[in-house]
Amino acid sequence: MELLFFYIFAAVILGSAVMMVTRRNMVHAVVWMVITFIGVASLYILLEAEFLAAVQILVYTGGIVVLFLFVIMLVNLGDIYQVEWLHRQWLPALLLALLLVTEIGFMVWVGAQDVPAAPEQSEAILRGLGGNVETLGMALYTDFLLPFEVASMLLLVAMIGAIYLAKKRV
Amino acid sequence: MSTELLIQYGVIPIIQILVVMIVVLTVVAYGVYAERKILAFIHSRLGPMRVGPWGLFQPIADGLKLLMKEDLRPSVADSLIFVMAPAILMLAAFSALTMVPFGEGTTMFGYEVPYVIADVNIGILAMLALSSLSVYAVVLGGWSSNSKYPLIGALRGAAQMVSYEVALAFTVVATLMIAGTMSTVGIVEAQRELGAWFFILQPVGFVIFVICMVAETNRLPFDLPEAETELVSGYFTEFSGMRWAFYMLGEYAAMIVMSCLAVTLYLGGWLRPFPNSELTAFLDVIPGPLWFVLKGFMFMYFFMWIRGTYPRYRYDQLMTIGWKVLIPISIANLFFTGIIILLVQAAAG
Repeated sequence: MELLFFYIFAAVILGSAVMMVTRRNMVHAVVWMVITFIGVASLYILLEAEFLAAVQILVYTGGIVVLFLFVIMLVNLGDIYQVEWLHRQWLPALLLALLLVTEIGFMVWVGAQDVPAAPEQSEAILRGLGGNVETLGMALYTDFLLPFEVASMLLLVAMIGAIYLAKKRV
Repeated sequence: MSTELLIQYGVIPIIQILVVMIVVLTVVAYGVYAERKILAFIHSRLGPMRVGPWGLFQPIADGLKLLMKEDLRPSVADSLIFVMAPAILMLAAFSALTMVPFGEGTTMFGYEVPYVIADVNIGILAMLALSSLSVYAVVLGGWSSNSKYPLIGALRGAAQMVSYEVALAFTVVATLMIAGTMSTVGIVEAQRELGAWFFILQPVGFVIFVICMVAETNRLPFDLPEAETELVSGYFTEFSGMRWAFYMLGEYAAMIVMSCLAVTLYLGGWLRPFPNSELTAFLDVIPGPLWFVLKGFMFMYFFMWIRGTYPRYRYDQLMTIGWKVLIPISIANLFFTGIIILLVQAAAG
């Protein structure tokens, strides 16, 4: 049952991802991206990571992709339909794609030899600490407090930098 | 699979979904009628009176008319997205309704029947996430029409909904901190344990939530995306017939979702006032789901009431209110709520 759903969601993700990169119309590409993200969120639910799934939809689908659409609509509308196929960048693109495939393949091949133990164990951990959210919160604010704060600092700096750059041109 | 499991996890959820769908669709249809009547009374008019007694069959007549209208589509429109966009609003609203706790649940014929379709431990977050998808209906609908007014409406809608979502989320987080859970059922139970509806503990948060709720559903005085005095009718100018009806009904479905969210978070869900006090125990003659529905209708009435009494804001005023007033206040609210929770915990030992 779970495997069946996995294949359905995987097919949706891969299919819509391929559609996303092959569309010439930018808005269509973004719509396919939304479907990809929803598929990824479904996979998270299948993995019992409900919090991650909700955040995936709330932040990426409901927030960031809307900003993508916003930007696409604000730039010159006429240009949308004349996006060139691959921009003559097929050689670097092909090389990077090959590199990525080798890398992921290697990681899967190495990782397959020591797959983490049965899911019952992780479920037991979850039950012991309460739900998904509580476990994540405890981990983030106790063991991983410093990386968490550094990440938020980084985001703040990036945000201020972006505002500064944009303000100069207004 | 045994029959009992099949009934518990197959048949009962389907019945629950059907009941919620039918009830909400009826409320949506008659919400339009109620709004026309209430607005009419505010304007000293009578409102729809012709179809049936007091115009009660007006929604049915309207529905039939919209079904039989010619299906118009601008020739320059992006046809696929144009067809798809109106459905998104309904989809977002109805999927969010699965997490609404209408009551405590009962046992029927030996089976557990909870009055909530799905009580998941990320309930509130999932509801916010799913209802945030409704922004796509506005943006894609406006863009796909390939016309100027809808595009302006769509851009306004996207900016408005994304901005007000921030303040909304911050106020909800403050409430969740008191409740200590994200499950919608758990939040109502927490209000029973504390003996007070959360709007008493979160007065500032409640006010901000109500303002953001109106802005999120694009209702007056925040209906800039469809401002008919400047943008014809905003993002759905080019839509007609059934597709237009989907936008219209989707707006009411979104209002229902937001009302349910407000009742769950701030007005104690299915609980009576002061759920721990003996003085109000006689109010238990009203069953839980009815309490929930009554409180929900109160918010629906509020939506219509302010539509009849407030003028529309200017767009820069809207953004000022969102970013310079509501978000700072909601962050301060979050901060002080945290401090008070810590102090209370320290006092309790």
